[in-house]
Amino acid sequence: MANKTPQIPSIAELMDKIKSGKIFSDIAKEITESQLWTSSFRHGYADTPRNRVLQIASNVWLHLHPVKMHRHALRIKFTWCMGGITFLLFLSTVVTGVILMFYYRPVGEYAYYDLKYLQYDVPFGMLMRNMHRWAAHAMVITVWLHMFRVFLTGSYKPPREFNWVIGVFLVTFTLLLSFTGYLLPWDQLAMWAVTVGTNMARATPFLGNEGPFAEFVGVTPRYDARSLLIGGSLVGPPALLRFYVLHCIFIPLIAGALMIVHFWRIRKDGGISGPL
Amino acid sequence: MAEAATPKKKIEEVPEKLHVWPYLVRLEFLCALVVIIALTVWSIVIDAPLEEAANPTKTPNPSKAPWYFLGLQDILVYFDPWFAGVVAPVLIIVGLMLIPYLDVNPKGNGYYTYHERKVAIWVYCFGFLVLWIALIIMGVFLRGPGWNLFMPWQYWDPHKVVALVSVDLPYAFGFRDYTWSAIFGGTVLLAYFGIGTGAYFFLERKALKSVGFLRMFIKIQLALIMMGIVIKIVLRIGFNIKYIMVTPWISV
Ligand code: HEM
Repeated sequence: MANKTPQIPSIAELMDKIKSGKIFSDIAKEITESQLWTSSFRHGYADTPRNRVLQIASNVWLHLHPVKMHRHALRIKFTWCMGGITFLLFLSTVVTGVILMFYYRPVGEYAYYDLKYLQYDVPFGMLMRNMHRWAAHAMVITVWLHMFRVFLTGSYKPPREFNWVIGVFLVTFTLLLSFTGYLLPWDQLAMWAVTVGTNMARATPFLGNEGPFAEFVGVTPRYDARSLLIGGSLVGPPALLRFYVLHCIFIPLIAGALMIVHFWRIRKDGGISGPL
Repeated sequence: MAEAATPKKKIEEVPEKLHVWPYLVRLEFLCALVVIIALTVWSIVIDAPLEEAANPTKTPNPSKAPWYFLGLQDILVYFDPWFAGVVAPVLIIVGLMLIPYLDVNPKGNGYYTYHERKVAIWVYCFGFLVLWIALIIMGVFLRGPGWNLFMPWQYWDPHKVVALVSVDLPYAFGFRDYTWSAIFGGTVLLAYFGIGTGAYFFLERKALKSVGFLRMFIKIQLALIMMGIVIKIVLRIGFNIKYIMVTPWISV
């Protein structure tokens, strides 16, 4: 290529190419052989076994998958696709959640009115909020169903015990994510649901001011397990800020990290379980 | 298995291992498409609730936790908060984590089967479908003001009067003295766990060697606690019994 001096094609030649349609394949060739293209896309698209492997192995998003898998693991009847759906719903909440964060301030005076503004004045604000909330609720259900299917197929049995334990952490964090998010609209529903929920911490044995044996530890309403959680003795602005940080940073990071470990372990444990 | 219906010849033509691209990725893509479309439609059609601004001086009646915790909130009727709100959730989480280490039945690994692991399936289904899901459904739809039970066609009357007639178990057995009541209640509890554990070990004595003492011990304790919750619910609803054991520090 390099030693060929570029030639300007004659008009007739060019017309020929256009008429025959060859011009398109020529242009496609120019593009797909350019440095820009070959450096971005590292393999062709031809449906060869080699390319099927490369599709997975050379793509950072797809490479959590194995390259090959057992036929039985493809059946929707077996996995119900529930783990994957849970993950997809998690990703949906991440995307819509970040959009909500542009409009939301976790401050007692603003939070509720930011939501009103979001719903009535921000283009697609209501839709983003709805998608975030419904995806979160749906995720709670799908993660339970996923766990149920894993139990029914006995997939927690060796060698997958550890991945089941990670899964229990994941279901716990999923609930905590949902619960911390519940407070953020800062409406009546939010405040009282979280009040009911966090009141339980008050009854923690030893560490809650109304819990059994608290008198031997000396905790007070202002200084116990519950006040650690909500930054005070009732659900007020400090609780809002605490839950916001937990909801937007702390728990998603941990849950995300655990999910990656979860997926990695599926492969290291020999892929989706199946009859031996 | 499911494929048993399809003729055998056909199965053998397909190799045991398939490429993830395209066979899995295309399924995932389709699945994602369906879910995203469903979520979008759902979000267009139904708005997320936003009630009036938070007001610490106005307690709604009933105050309900988020729906996924309503099973636990319902247990509060029968247990003190330290158990329903703290110990029970911890036990659920720990118990779930222990499942792979307690269930040593090697059968039923990686396929659906009921016959090869009946007890395990029963226990899990009971815990999940009855103690978790059914209580949630009840909490969402049937619990009204004062956390009283209302049928769907009944008016949620905030002034509904419910007679508080429940008594503690020692009282029902004629104990009036605090100390003796506590001793009696404690004995009942100890007997429940002691006899339960003993009976289980006796019945499963052949398995002791292969399963191991610790495993069997933890298994039966968790099972007894789970059954205990049910027993207490039955005692309360059927016999108006409030506590089994009462002490100044802790009551069960
Ligand atoms: C955020 C939550 C979770 C996500 C995103 C997730 C995702 C996944 C995915 C994508 C798979 C592949 C197979 C499938 O889709 O069924 C899987 C498998 C598995 N999950 Fe989860 N999971 C989550 C929670 C859980 C929970 C709560 C448990 C159990 C307590 C669990 C235990 C397992 C096990 C043992 C496997 C291997 C199943 C097998 O080999 O058949 N996971 N998970």
